Amino acid sequence: MKMKFATWVAAAMMAASPALAELVFPSLSYRTGPFAAGGIPFADGYADYFTLLNERDGGIGGVMTRVPECETGYNTEKGVECYESTKGEGALVYQPLSTGITYQLIPKATADDIPVHSMGYGRTSAKNGKVFSHVFNYPANYWDGASGAINYLLETNGGDISGKKIALVYHNSAFGKEPIRTLQGLAEKHGFSLIELAVDSPGQEQKSQWLQVRRDKPDFVLMWGWGVMNQVAIQEAANIRFPMENFIGIWWSGSENDVLPAGDAANGYKALTFHGVGSDFPVFDDIQTYVVDKGLAAGSGDQIGTVLYNRGLYAAMLAAEAAKTAQAIHGTPDITASMMRDGMEALEITEAKMTKLGMPNFGPEFSVSCENHGGDALIGVTQWDASSKTWTLISDFKPTDGDIINPLIEEDSNAYAAESGIEPRCN
Amino acid sequence: MLYREAGDFSTTYPQDSQTFPIRFDRYRYYVVLAIAVFVMPFVMNDYLVNSIFLPFLIYAIAAIGLNILTGYCGQVSLGTGGFMAVGAYAVYKLMTAFPDVNIFFHVILAGGITAIVGTAFGLPSLRIKGFYLAVATLAAQFFLVWLFNKVSWFYNYSASGQINAPERTVFGIEVTGPNTEAWATYLFSLVFTIGAALIARNLTRGSVGRQWMAIRDMDIAAEIIGVNPLKAKLTAFAVSSFFVGISGALFFTVYLGAVEVGEVFGIQKSFLVLFMIIIGGLGSIFGAFAGAAFLVVLPVLLKLVGVDLLGWPTDIVAHFQLVIVGGLIIMFLILEPHGLAQLWRLAKEKLRLWPFPH
Repeated sequence: MKMKFATWVAAAMMAASPALAELVFPSLSYRTGPFAAGGIPFADGYADYFTLLNERDGGIGGVMTRVPECETGYNTEKGVECYESTKGEGALVYQPLSTGITYQLIPKATADDIPVHSMGYGRTSAKNGKVFSHVFNYPANYWDGASGAINYLLETNGGDISGKKIALVYHNSAFGKEPIRTLQGLAEKHGFSLIELAVDSPGQEQKSQWLQVRRDKPDFVLMWGWGVMNQVAIQEAANIRFPMENFIGIWWSGSENDVLPAGDAANGYKALTFHGVGSDFPVFDDIQTYVVDKGLAAGSGDQIGTVLYNRGLYAAMLAAEAAKTAQAIHGTPDITASMMRDGMEALEITEAKMTKLGMPNFGPEFSVSCENHGGDALIGVTQWDASSKTWTLISDFKPTDGDIINPLIEEDSNAYAAESGIEPRCN
Repeated sequence: MLYREAGDFSTTYPQDSQTFPIRFDRYRYYVVLAIAVFVMPFVMNDYLVNSIFLPFLIYAIAAIGLNILTGYCGQVSLGTGGFMAVGAYAVYKLMTAFPDVNIFFHVILAGGITAIVGTAFGLPSLRIKGFYLAVATLAAQFFLVWLFNKVSWFYNYSASGQINAPERTVFGIEVTGPNTEAWATYLFSLVFTIGAALIARNLTRGSVGRQWMAIRDMDIAAEIIGVNPLKAKLTAFAVSSFFVGISGALFFTVYLGAVEVGEVFGIQKSFLVLFMIIIGGLGSIFGAFAGAAFLVVLPVLLKLVGVDLLGWPTDIVAHFQLVIVGGLIIMFLILEPHGLAQLWRLAKEKLRLWPFPH
C-alpha cells in the first residue's frame, strides 16, 4: 500500500513537471452527440496537421506539438470543464468549434490571457480587435458570409436582384441569427425582400418551413444550418423540387455529410467557403507519407480530403503559422499563450507562404492587425456534383460589402465594450 | 456504536423536534458545514470550482426546488429548464437595468419573478394530474424557451440572442464576469445553497410541508381533512419555482457567464434535474444534494479515469459515460426506487443497531 502510494506520488510529480518543452494546442472536439458528423472530420484534420508537423519537421521551430483532445459533445457545460482542465497544460489557443462555447470563452480566455480562434463562427463582431483583444475570427465571419452570398447572387444575375425574394432558413440559435441584420441591411441596399424562417435545434423537423418556401416561392434560399439540420433541409428542398442551384448554404452547411443523404437530388447545391476543397494539394501527399502510412492518423482516418477535414487542417495551419510568427517576434521557440496572441495579431498569410506549405490557393490571402482580427473577408463559393461526389470551387475568394458590415461590427462590439466596461485598445 | 440516541435526552419540545435529533448526526452536520464554509474556499481552484463545485451547488438548489414540487407535493414537472431560464433572463434584465443594486438582491428578485411565473403555470395542476400535468409543464418548458428566443427585449436586442453576465461585486469582490476568484464564486453560491436547504428543510417539516405531503399521498383525503388543495399546490409551485429560479440565475451569472436559452435551458436540463431527484431520493433534501453530486461528479470522474488515466479515445469515453449513467439510473430504479437518500437512511438504521442487530 505504501509502495503504491509512493508510485502514485512519483507519477503525479512526473506529470506535473514539464519534462520537455512542447507547444500545446488543445482540441475541444465533439465526436459524439447530434453534431458529431461535423465534429469528427474537423478534429481529425486539426490533429493530423500537427502530427504531420511533428513527424516531418520535428514540430514548430524545433519544438514538438501536442494536441490534447477533450470531448465537449457540443455542450456548453462540458466545454467549460474542458477549458478549465486543459488551460493549465500551457494551452496556446482554443478553437471550440461551437458558437455557444466561444461566447463562454471570450471573457474567460481574455482574463486568462489565452487567445481564442473562432474560425468562421463565434461572435462576428470579434473582428474588432480594439474591443476583443484575445479573440480572432479570421479569415471570414458570418456577416462576410451573408454579404458573399448576396454578392455571388448579384454577380450571377447581372448585378441586379431588386424585387427578388430571398429566404433565409436558419438554425434558431445565436449561430443562425447572426446573418439576419446584415441581410436586412443588404435587402435595403439591393432592394430584395427577405423571408426569415427559423428552424429549432437540432432541426430534424422542417416540414412547415419548407411548406412556407413552397408557398412564398422565393427566388433564392440561403441556409445557416449545422449538423442534421442541413441534411433535412436539402432533402426537403429536393422534395418540393426547389432548384438546387438557387440554394446556397453557409460554410457549415456545405460538407459531404449534408448532401450525400439526398443522393442525386442534391446535385448543384452550393455552399460558401473560405478554404480549398478536395485533396488535390501537395500537402495531402505528405499527410499520406508521414501520418497515414505510419498509422498515426486521428480517428479512423477515413475523413481525409472531406470539406470539414480540410477546414480542420486549415485551422491547424493558421495556428501553426501564428505560432511561427510568435516565435519570430519574441525570438524564442518556446512560446506562451500571451506570445501566441501577439503572433496571431501579426499573422500574414500570402500565396507564397501557402504554396511553400503545399497548400497553394488553399485559402484567401489576408493579414491580421491590432484593429482587424477578422482578416480581409474574402468568400468563395463551392458546388456539389452528385455524380462524382465532389465539391468544386466555382467562384474564387472575392471581397464582401464592407460598407454594410463594418458599421454593424462597430455597433455590436461597442455595445459589448459598454456592457463589459472595456477600454478600446490600438490607439 | 457512534450513531445512536442512547443517553441523548430531550428536555424541551424544540429540542425534541429539531432537524437532527441525534447528537452525533448534529455534530456531523456542523462539521460538514464548517468544512464547506471555512476550509473549502482555501483549497478551491478554477478547475475544481468550475467543473465540480459550482455545478454541484447550483444543481442542488434546482433539485431542492423540484423535490419540493415533485417529491413533497407529488406534482410531476418537466418545466424545470424553462423555469431556470426565467431566473436567468430575469436576473439579466435586472442586472442590466439596475446596475447599482447588489447582485445578491437581483438573484433573490429573479427567484421571486420565477415564483410568479411558476405559479401561473401551476394553475392547471388544480384540474389535471399525473401524466397530464407533466405534459402541461412540458408545454411551459417549450413555451418559455421559445419566448426567450423570440422576443429580443429579453436579450437586450443583441445580434446573436446570447446574454452575457456583466461584472458585479459583493462587498467589493467580483462574483460574476471573467475576473472572478474561484473561492468568491464558490462562497457566493454556497450561501444560496445553504439558505435554500435550510428554508426547504424547515418548510417541509412545518404545516405547509405536511399539507404538501397530504396532497401527494392522497389529494381527496387531504381535502376532507381540511387541506386547501388550491393553496397547497400553488404554494408548492411558487416555492419550487423560487428555488429553481435562483438556481437558474446563479447558473447564468456565476457559473456560465454567457447563455443561449435553447442550448442551456432546453428539455435536457429538465430531465437532468428530474434524474437528480429520482436518483437522490424523492421527498428528501439530502437526496437533492446526493443526486446533484452524483450526476455532476460521475461524468467528470469517468472522464478523468477514461481519458487521463487509461488514455482511451475521447469519443469512446463519452459513449461509455452515457451507457454507465443510463445503466445506473435503471439499476437505481429497480434496486432502490427511493434513491441514495434511502441508502443513507438504511445505513443510519444499521449503524444504530450495530454491533448487535436483531
